[in-house]
Order: sequence, then structure tokens, then C-alpha cells
Amino acid sequence: MLEALSYHFIQNALIAGVLVSIVSGVIGSLVVVNRMVFLSGGIAHTTYGGIGLAIFFGFPIFLGTSLFAVGAALFMAYITLHQKERMDTFIGLIWAVGMAIGIIFIDLTPGYHVDLMSYLFGSILAVSKEDLYYMSALTISIVGIVSLRYRDILAVSYDSQYASLRGINVPFFYTLILVMSALTVVIAIKVVGLILVIALLTIPVYIAEKLSNSLGKMMLLSGLLSSIFTLVGLYFSYQYNLTSGATIIIVGAISLLLFLGIKRLIK
Amino acid sequence: MSAVIIKNLYFSYKKDNVLEDINLEVNERDFLAIIGPNGGGKSTLLKILLGLLSPKSGTIKVLGEAPHKNLSKIGYVPQNTNINIDFPIKVIEVVMMGDIGHKRPLFGYSQTEIACALGALEQVGMQEYADRKIGSLSGGQRQRVMIARALCTHPKILLLDEPTASIDSTGQKQIYELLKRLNEHITIIVVSHDISIILGYADKVAYINKTLTFHKINSTFKPPKDTEHFCEVEMLQLLSQNKEM
Repeated sequence: MLEALSYHFIQNALIAGVLVSIVSGVIGSLVVVNRMVFLSGGIAHTTYGGIGLAIFFGFPIFLGTSLFAVGAALFMAYITLHQKERMDTFIGLIWAVGMAIGIIFIDLTPGYHVDLMSYLFGSILAVSKEDLYYMSALTISIVGIVSLRYRDILAVSYDSQYASLRGINVPFFYTLILVMSALTVVIAIKVVGLILVIALLTIPVYIAEKLSNSLGKMMLLSGLLSSIFTLVGLYFSYQYNLTSGATIIIVGAISLLLFLGIKRLIK
Repeated sequence: MSAVIIKNLYFSYKKDNVLEDINLEVNERDFLAIIGPNGGGKSTLLKILLGLLSPKSGTIKVLGEAPHKNLSKIGYVPQNTNINIDFPIKVIEVVMMGDIGHKRPLFGYSQTEIACALGALEQVGMQEYADRKIGSLSGGQRQRVMIARALCTHPKILLLDEPTASIDSTGQKQIYELLKRLNEHITIIVVSHDISIILGYADKVAYINKTLTFHKINSTFKPPKDTEHFCEVEMLQLLSQNKEM
């Protein structure tokens, strides 16, 4: 195992895993407390359209997925603020249409045989230096924004009606949370893939929620748990030659089961 | 100065009037109860008082100014305090949400804000729960925390929407005793279905069903016992008898 650490791609994978874990701990907490889990799932699948677009026009994948994810987030923020009762319909819509666009663009790309699996289930061992730059920049921005506007975000998440009475711009912060979760999804796709993103945003957060008495603690603890799951998952993935994204999620799921079992025994 | 003056106020969401020719004067340190059937316009009037909705015609003055200009002087306790019970948030953080007066530090909370929130919690008798998770409290305790949040800005008027709707009877009594105590310094306006308790504590009652009927509860009027339950028709009869007395 130790000699594996000397490989560049393993080092990159470890750094990427920790960066994505930090962001998904922060944003996953917001997604869970704002009941946006399904919404983020929709955005994650929509980004496939961005993958297709990027491959067809030959620009970086991150750019394509970010574009699609942010577009979907803005659209869903608009729906939430104006037609909340029809949200599930629109989530289903962006989910499928995004994927369809992606597949058609890939069909149209001459001579290209895309490795679909790496986007669906992640390809953390193929993280490049440029990927790491993008991930670091995003991690710093998201952690920065959330810490500076923590109280507004907390107020909007806990009681949006009261927040707006206190003069907080609720639609703005709601949209901000959605856009940040869309961008988190974009970098998390590299690690666990777009199908498994939701598990990374929810499993550590669910455990952390039970153990925290404040949103800030929940974010920190989720980030920590998420890092542990990712690193342990990577180890098993390397050792037994398993798909890394799926292994990470299974490590998380088993931990969650153990946690719930222990919690039950203690009570 | 009157706390609230409403003159010839009309309001409609679409075509039909929801409120018609509302006239109301609330003096400082009054304890006003607003009653009436569902859909009668109680919540609409409350939203107008909070400056969330503007009247179609007529005037409304809260502490001598338009409602939205005096927001920090109006404390508001919303109806449903059982939302987001799982939310990981400490009691004191909920209370500090009410605070907009103080300067905010870049990160976290300032000493003044913490002191102010603890003071508000003390007023409602909840200071020892400051670091507890909000979900671990009972309905009545949570409601008192929401009142503390509203008290955080040192309001002149406290508006409460159905404060006892989802609380057991002991909790209800505590809330009303608390309001009675706060009423020594603050004007209280409470929307409630909880007629029997309202009659024991309020000194004015406004019945709203599109139009407003105003009743003063004078001292000769005997409030019903806690155990008695009144429907709104009986309640109105009681009030009109009382008026003639």
C-alpha cells in the first residue's frame, strides 16, 4: 500500500477525495436541512448534458458540467420561488432532459466512444492537476462564502419566513445555496460519479445531524466523516480492484448501518 | 401615542375584498385578542400589520408610522413553531436570529448579541436551555423561545399568531401568564382560536370576518373557567351581553 502513495495519480486522488469531502460536508448539510436532496439529484443528472456538450465542442468537461449545473440550479430556484407545489415535476423534467441532451451530443460526436461509466460512477484515479486546481478554487470559495454569510444562510434555512421579516433577501440566499450545491455536484461527480453523488451528500450528513447541536458542527463533522469514507473506500478500491466511487458509497452505507445499530443499542 | 391606528382599511388579493372598512385603535399596553373564523381575514390583517402586505385603501399607522418603517419595534411570533424540529440549531442561535439592531462581527456572534439573547431568554424563563438543541424542547418551551426571539429587538408591540395552537394545556397557561407579565411594558396583539383562555387575559377583543367588530372586556365581566369550552357563537353572545352591562 505504501508504495502506492508514491504514484502521482494516487496522491491526486487522495487530495481530490479530501477536497470533495470538505465541500460535500458543508453543502450536503445545507442540502439536507433545506430538504433539497431530490433537487440536487436532479441537478446531478442534468449535468450529463454538460458532459455531452463539452465532448462535442471539445472544451473542458468541468466547464460543460458547471454550465449545465448552474443553469439547472437557477431554473429550479425560479420554480421553487414561483411554483413550489410543482417542483417534483420539474425535477423529473431537468433530470431526464439533461441526460437526453448529453447522450445526443455524444452520438453526434464523430468517432468518439465515451467511457460512460467513468461519469456515472466516478473516476477519482483519473484526477488531473487542472482538476485539482478547479476543485481547490471551488472549495475555498464555497467554504469562504458559507462562513462569511453563515448567519443569513442559517436563518434562511431554519425559518425563511422569519428571515424575510428581518430583512434578509431570502430568494437570493436560496438561489445561492442551490448554485453552490450544483457546483459541489460538479466536482463530486469526478469522485463518485453523478449517480452516486447524492449518497455522498447525504450519508455522512445524516450521521452528523444526529450528533450535532448546530449547523456549523454538522458541516465540520460531515466533512470529516466524508473524508474518512472516501479514504477508506479508496483503500479497498485499490486493494481489491473495485470501482472507487461505488466502494466509497458502500463504506459510507455500512458505517451508517453500524451507527444506527449502535445508537439503538445505547438507547 | 396609539400603538396601532387603522382607518377605513380595505384589502383584496384578487377581486373580492378580504377585509372591508376595518377601523381599529390599539393603545399602548393593550392586550388585544383577534378572533374569527378561518378565512375571515385574521392572518391577512396580521400581515398588513407586519408590512408584508399593503392595504388597497385606507390608512394604517403602527407607532405613528407605516408598518414597514417600524419593523424593529414589532416583535413577531409566527404560527407554526413545529417546523424543522430536526434542525441542528441551539436555542440561543434561534433567539439571536431575531436581532437586527446590533453590529455583526465578520464571523460568529458578538458578546453584545449573546448577552442580549440571554436577557431575552431570561424574560421568558428559558435561560438554562440556551445551549440545548431546539428539537429537544417541548412545544410550550419552544414557543417561549420564539417569544424570546421576538423580544430580542426590544419591541414595543408583540404580535402572536395562534401561539397556543399546538401546545398542551399547562403549556398554554404558562404562555398566557408570560404574555400577561410582558404586557406590563409591551402592547400585545394575539390571534387565537383559544377563546376561553383569551377571555381570561385579553382586555380587548376584535372579531374579524371580513369586517371587524370590536369588544371591550370590562372588569365586571367574568371570564369562563379554564375547563369550559366556548364555540365562537356562544362567545359572541357572551361578548354582546357584556357590552350591554
